[in-house]
Formats: sequence, C-alpha cells, structure tokens
Amino acid sequence: MSVLLAATVGVLFAAGLYMMLRRSLVKILVGLLLLSHAVNLVLFASGNLVPGRPPIIPASGAPPAIGYADSVPQALILTAIVISFGVTAFAVVLVKQTNQVIGVDDLNELRNTDAHTEMDAVFDLDEELIEHCEEEEYP
Amino acid sequence: MIALPLLLPLVFAVFSLLAWRLINVQKVIAVLGSLVLLAVNLAIFLQVQQGGVLSIQVGRWTAPFGVSLVVDLLSAILLLTASLAALAAAVFSLAGMDAPRLRWGYFPLFHFLMMGVNGAFITGDLFNLYVWFEVMLMSSFVLMVLGSGRFQLEGGLKYVILNLLSSMLFLSAIGLTYHFTGALNLADLARRMPAVEPRGLTVLIGVLFMVGFGIKAALFPLYFWLPASYHTPPVTIAALFSGLLSKVGFYALLRVFSLLFSGQWEFFQPLLLALAGLTMVSGVLGAAAQTDFRRLLSFHIISQIGYLVMGLALFSREAIGAAIYFTVHVIFAKMALFLIAGMVQTVSGSFDLRRLGGLYRRFPALSLAFLVPAMALAGLPPLSGFFAKLLLVIAGLQESRYVIVAVALFVSLLTLFSMTKIWNEVFWKLAPVSSAGKLPSAPPQNDALPAAMWAPVVGLSVIVILMGLFADPLSEIANRAAASLLDPQGYINVVLGGLP
Repeated sequence: MSVLLAATVGVLFAAGLYMMLRRSLVKILVGLLLLSHAVNLVLFASGNLVPGRPPIIPASGAPPAIGYADSVPQALILTAIVISFGVTAFAVVLVKQTNQVIGVDDLNELRNTDAHTEMDAVFDLDEELIEHCEEEEYP
Repeated sequence: MIALPLLLPLVFAVFSLLAWRLINVQKVIAVLGSLVLLAVNLAIFLQVQQGGVLSIQVGRWTAPFGVSLVVDLLSAILLLTASLAALAAAVFSLAGMDAPRLRWGYFPLFHFLMMGVNGAFITGDLFNLYVWFEVMLMSSFVLMVLGSGRFQLEGGLKYVILNLLSSMLFLSAIGLTYHFTGALNLADLARRMPAVEPRGLTVLIGVLFMVGFGIKAALFPLYFWLPASYHTPPVTIAALFSGLLSKVGFYALLRVFSLLFSGQWEFFQPLLLALAGLTMVSGVLGAAAQTDFRRLLSFHIISQIGYLVMGLALFSREAIGAAIYFTVHVIFAKMALFLIAGMVQTVSGSFDLRRLGGLYRRFPALSLAFLVPAMALAGLPPLSGFFAKLLLVIAGLQESRYVIVAVALFVSLLTLFSMTKIWNEVFWKLAPVSSAGKLPSAPPQNDALPAAMWAPVVGLSVIVILMGLFADPLSEIANRAAASLLDPQGYINVVLGGLP
C-alpha cells in the first residue's frame, strides 16, 4: 500500500512540476492542482497507514490496542484541502482576469514586470534629448 | 493576553467588512485599531522582557497535542515591530490609497494580513505556522492584484504561483517531519528531531524547509518573484509587503532552523553562508541596474535579506542578535523608503528616476526625510543600519568567517552607491523638461503633501535615528532573544510544562 502511495506521490510531483514548467497559464494551473494533490497524499502517508484499525474508543471504555490508525494527518489533510481549494479558486480567477486584461495565455509574453517596460522603450529613444533639454531650461 | 494580537485584527477586519460602504469608519478603525494593537504588543513585549516566555494552550488541549501559542522575546520584538509598521502603513493609506481600492476592501484585507503576520510570529506549532502563512499570503495575493491593473495582474500572477509552490514544499516538509517524529509542536520537535534516524533524512527535511521559506524570504536564487511583483501595487501596499512579508519568511527560517536543525549545522552553515553572500551581491547588483524607484528598492529588500541570513548562518549569540536587530532596522528603513517613493510620486507623478529631478529645490524637507532611512540602509553612523552591520561584522570576525564579512562590507558600499544614485536622480539633479511635448515628462501633480503622508515617514525616520542612538540597550535585548534561541530549553519547558 505505501509503495503504491509513494509511487503515486512521485508521479504526481513529477507531472505537477512538469506542468508548472510549461508556458501556458492554464497548464501551470493544472500543475498547481496536481502538486497540491501530491502534497495531500504525502500528508496522508505521513501517519503510517493502518487498514481497519480506527482510533475509536468503544463504549466499554477500554482504549484500543497500540497500532491503531493515526488521526492527526487526516485533520491536517482536511485543513490543507480547504486551504488549497480556496487558493486554487483564487488562482483560477486570477488567471482568467489576467487573460482577459492582457489577452495572452503565454508566459513568454508576460515579461513586462521583469525587464524593460514600455516606458523604458520611450526613454531609450529620447534619453539624449532629455539631457539636452535640461541644459536649455536651467542656465 | 497573547491571543489578542490574533483576535484584534480579526475583530477589526469584521467591523471593517460590516462598514463596507463607510470608508471613513474603516479609516478610523484602521488607525485606532493599529494603535490598540501597538499598545497590546507593547504590553506583551514589556511582560516578556521581564518574565520570560509566555504561552497558552488553545482550547486547553495540553501540549504537545493541541496548538500552542508562544511568545518569547524574539516573537515579542517582531510583534512590536510589525504593529509599528502597520500603524505607519495605516496612517499613510489615509492619504496614499486611491478611492476605488478603499471601496473594494483594502482595509479589511489589511487587517487580515496583520492577523496572518501576527499569527506566524505567535504560533508554537508547525502546521499552525503553515495556516498563518496561508492567511497572510491569501490577503497579500488579493492586496497585490486589487485594482486589476495590467502590471499588477502580471506581477501578481508570478507572486501567487511561486508562493503557492513554496507553500507546497513547506507542507511536504511538515508531512515528512510528522512522519519521522510524530509531533508538530515546535518545542516537542526540538526534543525529538535530534533522535531521528537516519541523519540524512533530517538534512533532507531541512532542505525542503529551506527552499520553502527561502522562496518566501526571497533568498538567492529563489527571489525572482519579488522584483517582478513588488513594484506593481500601490506604494502603501508595497511598503507593507516590503516591511513584513519577507521578514516573516526569515522569522520562520530562524525559528525552525534554531529549534529543529541546530544539530545539522555542519551541513547547513556553509550552504546558508553561501546563499547569504550570493543573495546580498545579486540583490545589490540588480538594484544598480534599475531605473524605477520601487524596483530599485525591491532589489534592496533582497540584498538586505542576505545580511539577515548571514546572521542566522553564523549561528552565534552575537550573530543572531545582530540579525534580529538588523531585521527591526530594515523593516523600518525599508518601509520609510517605500513610503517616500510614494510621496515623490504624489508630487511629481512618476516613479522613474529619469523622469524625476529637482525635488531638493521644491521639497527640501522631503529630501532630508529620504536621506535618513537611505543612509541608514547604506549603514552610515550614527543611524541604525551602521550598528546593525557593525554587530554583524564583529560576529563574523569572531567566527573567523572573513569571506562573508568582506562580501557584507562590499555590498554595503554598493548600497551606498544605490542610495546616492536615487539621491542624485530624484532630488539633486535638475528636473528634466519636455520640449515640444515629445518627451513624456510628467507635470507636477501636487505642491503640498498631506500630513497623513508626513507623519508615518517622519515617525519611521525618528525610529531609525533612535535605534542608532540607543543601539547598545536595544542590541542587548536582541542578544538576549538570540541567547534563548540558541538554548531553547526555557522555551521548551514553558510550552511543554515540564513534561518528561
């Protein structure tokens, strides 16, 4: 069971990271989704899977024998799923909004905040002119 | 008492949401609320400074089973710093935030952000730390893209995707930690982590934490989201982010590594030292190439993070104390600089250094207000940055780490170069003027700056000066916080209450 789970986690991580390296925004979203599933499964596996031994104290009051399933990871996953649901919903809306405003679905086109901006292009043309004007205006 | 920094922002956020259309009510709540939060955090700081570590077990689930909230001296210092920074941002946004953003929930988000920041400082539980990170990130995501400007969306997208990736790495690290130790309480983990076999796995978990927090703290080579996004939102939001977000990442790094991985230091020390040096150098060199006021400052955030990590990597009492002092200093100095960038934009309509100029003639007081935090950031005496760097350099020399000390001093020089570049371009040089309307030279927009902009900038500058003047007692407090990080037995005892 845990071997299967480990393999699944590995495949999900690999696929998620691969998708995140793609250029299309939608594919990056898919990558994020796959990664969050992978992480949830890591959390799930972190409690040492025990089949058929729920951590429930019977009505008689005798505590269950050692070796019952750990319930903490499930609480953690529940929290993580809720958070990743909210965050993913936000990311989907963000991608949609970006796509509407900018009109591209290609990360290679989204370079305006990294390198030169449109304003830079204007300035590169006119830089010499600026210096020239300064001297004129302030004798 | 120590749950108040979490509850108060929540209450303020709820009331701000209730007053959705009443912007003036929201403004009052923001300023008064920040003052109340400041008072509470000051009280907590004074109490912790006298009486040691405070902790409560939420819902009476005793540690290590429930979630513990713990405030030690480090948390108290950062809480106090964060609430001062929040007050400055709240006051500045009275005048510096545009009406549409105010109408669409700026203030509620501001309070939620503060709740997340405070939560990250207070919690004593690893998974809870993740939850507070998400609270903080979610608010910051929305603040970042609030307004849906073209550049904002683009920068926000990069910010969101990389921070989500870092959260996932962080969460995987939590899962692995739980698997090997069966604990999530930080104090409990501090006892159990050294017993984990095989040792190599602890290193692996540590590296996962380091990458996760490294993305949030903007370490080399994981920082590229920061200069791509921090200059896109309005300057108040950028100032708040620059002051708080990456420092929360550094706090998490400091807390987790001092408690969990101090046994693996022979592996992490060279790695962190190398990353610290590269972060400093690449940040400051990136800044040298910028022509946008805010982008230049964004790169300086990165290079300052390098100094903080250098303190952590040296891992002596003096070094970590210096890093804590440095953190407080850089939060105030950086926020002041960002807010001044906002004031410059208000009076001259641009952030572009090539477009700006002549402000010394028009606003000598503003130029002076810029000079204080700028020289503090560069590390000129008698301002706070000088002592922060001095303490760090002394600590580095004590540990015989000469290379990193040389790098730190060299980067300091380049920082000075950057700051004088801003000074020359924005304040000293003559204003560029357009000829025949061809040049995009912005006309002056305002001739008077509102008091709500002056107050936080002057306040932050005064703090920077005071931190320099009272460097000795303040660094003594920071050193005590560092000492309790290096010897966490007191922390562990308070949280676990003397459990075997």
